Amino acid sequence: MGRKKLKGSFDQTVAPLLFLAPNMLIFGLFIIVPAVSGLRIALYEWSILGDKEFVGLANFVELLDDPMFWRTFGNTVRYVLLVVPLLTVSALGMALLASENYPGVAWFRGAYYLPTMLSLIIVGITWRWILGDQLGIINYVLRTIGLSPVKWLTSPFNANVSVVFISVWMFTGFYMVMFIGGLQAIPEDLYSAASIDGASRSQIFWRIKLPLIRPTMLVVLVLGTINAFKAFELIYTLTKGGPGSSTKFLVQNVYQVAFEEDRLGYASAMAVMLMLAIGLLTAVQFRMNREYSNE
Amino acid sequence: MNRKTGPAQYVLYSFFVVVFLFPVLWVLLSSLKTQSELFRYPLTIFPAQPTLENYRTAFASGRFLQYLKNSSFVAIVSTAITVMINTMAGYALSKYHFRGRDTIFFVMIATLMIPLQVIMIPIFLLEKNLGLLNTLWGIIIPPAATPTGVFLARQYMMTIPNSLIESARIDGAGEWFIFQRIILPLAKPIVATIAIFSFMWRWNDFLWPFIVISQQRKYTLQLALSNFVGQYNIDWSSLLSMTVIAIVPMVMVFLFFQKYFIKGLSSGGVKY
Repeated sequence: MGRKKLKGSFDQTVAPLLFLAPNMLIFGLFIIVPAVSGLRIALYEWSILGDKEFVGLANFVELLDDPMFWRTFGNTVRYVLLVVPLLTVSALGMALLASENYPGVAWFRGAYYLPTMLSLIIVGITWRWILGDQLGIINYVLRTIGLSPVKWLTSPFNANVSVVFISVWMFTGFYMVMFIGGLQAIPEDLYSAASIDGASRSQIFWRIKLPLIRPTMLVVLVLGTINAFKAFELIYTLTKGGPGSSTKFLVQNVYQVAFEEDRLGYASAMAVMLMLAIGLLTAVQFRMNREYSNE
Repeated sequence: MNRKTGPAQYVLYSFFVVVFLFPVLWVLLSSLKTQSELFRYPLTIFPAQPTLENYRTAFASGRFLQYLKNSSFVAIVSTAITVMINTMAGYALSKYHFRGRDTIFFVMIATLMIPLQVIMIPIFLLEKNLGLLNTLWGIIIPPAATPTGVFLARQYMMTIPNSLIESARIDGAGEWFIFQRIILPLAKPIVATIAIFSFMWRWNDFLWPFIVISQQRKYTLQLALSNFVGQYNIDWSSLLSMTVIAIVPMVMVFLFFQKYFIKGLSSGGVKY
């Protein structure tokens, strides 16, 4: 044992560092460095061509009464507050449906999962085709049964509803699979014991399944929140943020202020706020979960 | 739980299959219609004369072929790089003891919370300084070091018995030899997992190209599609066929790995 340790010691100190090197180099350069320098850029007036001027916290002060920032911030928060609970419920519902071992159930699960594998752009295009004012099949059906067509993506209220619905449609499968994992980890004995004691289906759900999948629930809520906050590509494809700015979210605003208005520093300040919002909500969720478990 | 399966269950299951698959199927059906049928009333569900005309038009345009080539190049090359460097890092983090190992792992996992959306401005400036703007390498290399892949590799390799490594060392095998000849073959399932995910992420990726690429010649498929749908008059007949072509690799991945997906993903913790 001792001999081997001596003999291998040089190799075994250097080898892991060499194994790590390529990944850490790219990781450090393209994740750690930008994460830190993003904070610095936020303190500057900075243009794409490289002109920069230190302005301290002026960008953050300016944010306070920037109507477009608050508009997009509000839109994003509203979207998060709608999508996360709806998505959690629909994913859990589908998981309950698809976690039992019926013949062929794997294929059904697969079908529910498929939308998650498509790109956000493709899902956007697909639904624009379906929800089109003139050519869309939904409006066609409405007209055929004598109802008036609906402007799904071109009126502010409907556009928001559509964007939420399509997001839920796309990501249900992703979180469903996580819930299925959580549900299948529950020992069978618990169910048998409960049914011997005469527990009803709903009692089994509320008293056994729900409490036992809480860890999964936390992961779903945290990931769902982070993902909803950074939503951009899907909505951009569906509505371009319109009509007006009624579906314009934080990330789109950051992008436009940075690259269309050429204000990288100011846009970075917005991105910092976005990160803070994500961090804060995640912390709250972990906290709530801990308090629950302490009860 | 074993309950009797009634036809009612299957009706419900099938209803949701329609909900989740119809939109995609509708795009496929529409892409097979002639231009005039596409815009004709009353609407037809199935194409009256199914035609591949729209696909022919798409492939006939050199631009589309270029986008397809760019996307394939990016997805394949970055998947190869990701698999290589992720498994190496995962091995280092699972089978060696050195100072700072757990800190490195923790920092890596913590950065999963930092979305690209938040750091896109410094990323843009960095790529500009490195001369990577408007190059395909600029969207291949930076996302290659995905923490998710390292995490998956590390977790899997921890289950490989240390005795295998130790006895190879006693036989005089070098560290790289052990990794390449013993660890990688044993870790095949996780190598496949990382490869599938990486391919999917890179093929579907929009935000990296959106930040880095502005020359049309360098567009990926997703970027081109997004540009297409952003125009005032959308040419739906071409757009639909291009969309289907962009879906095909994902459906193939899905059909090949369907079983695995449902099983592997159930173990949870996979984030893109």
